[in-house]
Amino acid sequence: MGRLFLEIVTPEKIVVSQEVDSVVAPGTDGEFGVLPGHIHFLTGIVPGELRYNAGAGKESMAVTTGFAEVSNDKVSILVDAAEKTSEIDAERARQAMERARERLRKDKRTEDVDHLRAEAALRRAVMRIRVVEKAI
Amino acid sequence: MATLRDILRKIGAVKKTQQITKAMNMVAAAKLRTTQGRMENFKPYAGKFAEVLGNLASGIDPEIHPLLVKKEEVSRVELLHFTADRGLCGSFNVNTVNAAQKWIKGQQDNGRDCSLTLVGKKGRDFFRKQGANITESHIQIYGKIDISFINQMARGFIARYLSDEIDEVHMIYTRFISMAKQEPTLVKLIPIEPPQRESETEKTAAEYLCEPSAEELLIELLPKHISVQIYNAFLQNEVSEHAARMSAMDNATKNCSEIVENLTLTYNKARQAAITAELMDIVGGAEAIKKA
Repeated sequence: MGRLFLEIVTPEKIVVSQEVDSVVAPGTDGEFGVLPGHIHFLTGIVPGELRYNAGAGKESMAVTTGFAEVSNDKVSILVDAAEKTSEIDAERARQAMERARERLRKDKRTEDVDHLRAEAALRRAVMRIRVVEKAI
Repeated sequence: MATLRDILRKIGAVKKTQQITKAMNMVAAAKLRTTQGRMENFKPYAGKFAEVLGNLASGIDPEIHPLLVKKEEVSRVELLHFTADRGLCGSFNVNTVNAAQKWIKGQQDNGRDCSLTLVGKKGRDFFRKQGANITESHIQIYGKIDISFINQMARGFIARYLSDEIDEVHMIYTRFISMAKQEPTLVKLIPIEPPQRESETEKTAAEYLCEPSAEELLIELLPKHISVQIYNAFLQNEVSEHAARMSAMDNATKNCSEIVENLTLTYNKARQAAITAELMDIVGGAEAIKKA
């Protein structure tokens, strides 16, 4: 059986670029799985958990919005941010969530850059926590 | 003529200036490396994005989304303009401000109102003094931007475009061509002109299984396309700024060396003249004694 080539790219860097056996990702219309020989496929990605198997190893990642393209056994996932679950520190994510909530409570100027950053931080933290808790 | 001590003092001052410009050059070089790294990291994303968007858009009627449709009457245009926060980078800011002014004048000659969104302190100060119509200005955000900030910015433009507050959005940023060449570049952001497909052999949207439909997917991707372009402009502009500052500071350091050389020459000449004058005095004095 052939193998898939998985590429996860964010604007900051290429997060994953390796051969894998299968990929499961959170699509706009629900979670979808990709195996070698998959049809050419395009879909949106929503924030959630992305999993892939490579040999005996399993890997899980937290991703934000973006989209995915499957063509010729190559899976390209373009998202705003992606992190390996094993690299997420649950405690830190929880603290970040508290901090962001606190800041949003105090600061009501919605147009401010800091406010936007806090909002984004909160979204990220919540998603991380969700993915980590599922993994444990 | 300047006294010896004056010249010495001047040499000291120029040497100190040279130290500063040299340090600034090295700082710019270090910053350039990190921003260039970020630019390189962004390339795979941007490349893949353009490819997918091109494939998707090629098989689709542009009428499906207002962001793709040109408005028939354009009376208000928005310009997103990038400058540096700081000076001392040669003609970098002047070039981009000139380009923007020329463009604005062209638009006004066609009877269009221009409003500005400014990034960078230099541009903001300039256009504020000019009394231009400024919608929004962001200063000192280079290096702090992340994709969520850009998305927010893109959403703002789209909302104002869709509510007919503005009819077109353009941006001017300085494109990084090489270490020696950076060029102010004009890009039309909205309405979107989808990137052209590079070759005919690639797959079109029809050959993909799309989830949801190709149209819906495209609609989702269009705002992202604007974000990608703005992000690219941010990175390019930042790299260009550092490259411009680096070469400006390199020139300044070289000029300092030249001035020090010239001043040293003048100093030596003056010293020699002083010695000669002193000798003449002594010889003259001795002659006088001999005669007496």
